[in-house]
Amino acid sequence: MAGFDIRQIDRRVIFTLIFVVVAWPLIAPMRLPMDVTAPVQQLYDTVEAIPEGSVVMLAGDYSPDTMPELQPMVRAFVRHAFRRNLRIVTTSLWADSPPLIEAAMTPLAEEYGKAYGTDFVNLGYMAGGTVTLLGMGASIPNTFPQDYYQTPVGEIPLMREVTNFDDVALVMNISSGTPGTREWVQQVQSRYRVPLASGTTAVAAPPFYPYVQSGQLVGLMGGLKGAAEYEMLVEAPGDAVRGMDAQSIVHALIVFFILLGNVVYLAERRSKAARADATA
Amino acid sequence: MNWLHDFLLGTPGTTPSVVVGTWVAAVLTLAIYSFLYKDNPFYRAAESVFVGLGAAYWLAILYHNTLVPKLFSPLFPPAGEPVLWYRVFPGILAVFMLLRFFPKLSWLSRWSLGFVVGMYAGVNTTGFAQGDFVAQIHATVTTPLTTGGGLSIALNAAAIVGVIATLVYFFFSKEHRGPIGGAARLGIWFLMVAFGASFGYTVMGRVSLLIGRMTFLLRDWLHLMQ
Amino acid sequence: MRREIPLAITFLVGMFMLVDFFVPHHAVAAVGEELKQWGTIVIAASILLGIGNLIRVHSRKIARRQTGWGFSLVCLGVMGVMLWLGLWPGEKLGPNPLVGSIAQGTYFNWMYLNMDVPLQGTMFSLLAFFIASAAYRAFRLRSPEASLLLIAAIVVMLGRVPLGQLLTRGLPEKATLPWITETIMTYPNMAAFRGILIGAALGVMATGLRIILGIERSYLGGEK
Repeated sequence: MAGFDIRQIDRRVIFTLIFVVVAWPLIAPMRLPMDVTAPVQQLYDTVEAIPEGSVVMLAGDYSPDTMPELQPMVRAFVRHAFRRNLRIVTTSLWADSPPLIEAAMTPLAEEYGKAYGTDFVNLGYMAGGTVTLLGMGASIPNTFPQDYYQTPVGEIPLMREVTNFDDVALVMNISSGTPGTREWVQQVQSRYRVPLASGTTAVAAPPFYPYVQSGQLVGLMGGLKGAAEYEMLVEAPGDAVRGMDAQSIVHALIVFFILLGNVVYLAERRSKAARADATA
Repeated sequence: MNWLHDFLLGTPGTTPSVVVGTWVAAVLTLAIYSFLYKDNPFYRAAESVFVGLGAAYWLAILYHNTLVPKLFSPLFPPAGEPVLWYRVFPGILAVFMLLRFFPKLSWLSRWSLGFVVGMYAGVNTTGFAQGDFVAQIHATVTTPLTTGGGLSIALNAAAIVGVIATLVYFFFSKEHRGPIGGAARLGIWFLMVAFGASFGYTVMGRVSLLIGRMTFLLRDWLHLMQ
Repeated sequence: MRREIPLAITFLVGMFMLVDFFVPHHAVAAVGEELKQWGTIVIAASILLGIGNLIRVHSRKIARRQTGWGFSLVCLGVMGVMLWLGLWPGEKLGPNPLVGSIAQGTYFNWMYLNMDVPLQGTMFSLLAFFIASAAYRAFRLRSPEASLLLIAAIVVMLGRVPLGQLLTRGLPEKATLPWITETIMTYPNMAAFRGILIGAALGVMATGLRIILGIERSYLGGEK
């Protein structure tokens, strides 16, 4: 084509391709098979082993920009916990989290017939990050004197049984940055030895593998794939499983872009070297 | 016709607030995506709305979830409950922090800064020491090298070598020559593999965010998804 | 005294946090617990500082009619409406208190879920487009190290999605992309990041002690 230079493809062409390649598998799913990785299986097995009636903590430390990856994790974990009759206390070190957790939990609470105040409670957000974590280690009611709806915790039946991390069987931290999983490992798991698991964004997951190997994390869900694996394990495929087809095709496209870009680059380098030899 | 009805007024049983909310969210989403074509006033307006909403949200949440239960309620409790008078000290420090807006009095904000920085320095020193430094070294020296089969043992041994090589790479007090240089070079190789894996995960993360928004547009707004 | 008092506060608070970690006595724990509650209040004020600065910058822009002042008006207008909906005390519209509360069902919550959440989500989803564009334009095999990074990235990108499983279906388990990817994550990736964690921990411990002892004073700013 006259005037077409593969090195100068308008980026809006690339943007349009990405749009199409994401939309197509969402409209027409391919249902590609998926494996379950060890860190997610470990997390599932840990929750399965918690005695019924125990209290678990869902620590939501995320914001709306990471919802596509993390909200499915929250829903899958809450579903698993409710199915096992575990009681859930939720806390947040990020101001954005409480309404997102509320939006995820309310329909599931209705589905499983769980009552607010006895089966689950949303303690809302508290400023302070790391300092708040240490405060919780001493006393959760003192650190969160009221819940998200401004009810004093003394009036909430579930909170009468929870003083500190000794009363919590597992902390499930859903985290998209700082403060997040790293702070929970450093200030809570290492100090109070409470079992800690993490569901985090794909960007944040690779540096947490040392914590999994050392046992400081009893499980790790990384990104949309981790969420999809957990959805499959709790037999409730949702947005994460649905998104994996699109994820597959886009990854293939990006790998193609990388390879094409490098083929063009290497060809250019070779022709420059040939021209330099010719003029020498 | 059914699709058009669902698109404009929502599926049967949807409340008006959900329908209006979906349309507002869709318009704002498309306004942001218009930036991909080029910068324009719709994008700038949506960006301004985003900034304003974020600030208002944080202010309201801080008030309801932190300042009321921790500061105002203890100092002005309901009748019959004791006054926690000592909470006036952090209240004063909080006011000092806000004095940063006034140049003649901004030096008082250093008292509050000193308090916060001292607190974080103290908790982070011990947190990093126990949670990262000691725990990770412990995990390295207790890595199993006699159980789990040949491949597992070899990979574990390679991991131990990798940890040491990476630490040698970051040790800049000695020139990277000879055996130290060789170990540092090996450390670079391990780091490149780790950063490559991180890049792969980063691509996965960014694409997931787009999949989330596209799911909203295609399912909740356009009703094109199952 | 303008620098000495803050340095003394830093020293006392920092040292107490260290003592609180090592001394299990109930008196130390009680004081430590109260000090942490103080910390959350002061940190909340520091967040308010950022919001206040935002209001100041945009107000100035509007007052001086600088370029883009209309957008600043939009920003402050939306902020004002949402604040009114979230903070206005006691006003009731209809049978439920839809104003002055942040709970589910209120106007504040509606604005958050239908305006703030999609805006945040969409802003960050733009990165997917830019990373695809950068993959074509910038990711180059310039050196052996870059080649290793690229190969690891491609293996992980394909191995972490169902497509990778499909491409290597039928091969022995240890030759499949998912197995290779998980091995990369569990061994070399883990080893490198462990080295980084240990090194970073050393750095934080050293900096923390320098701050507590008053050797590191940059957080106080340059003025006297």
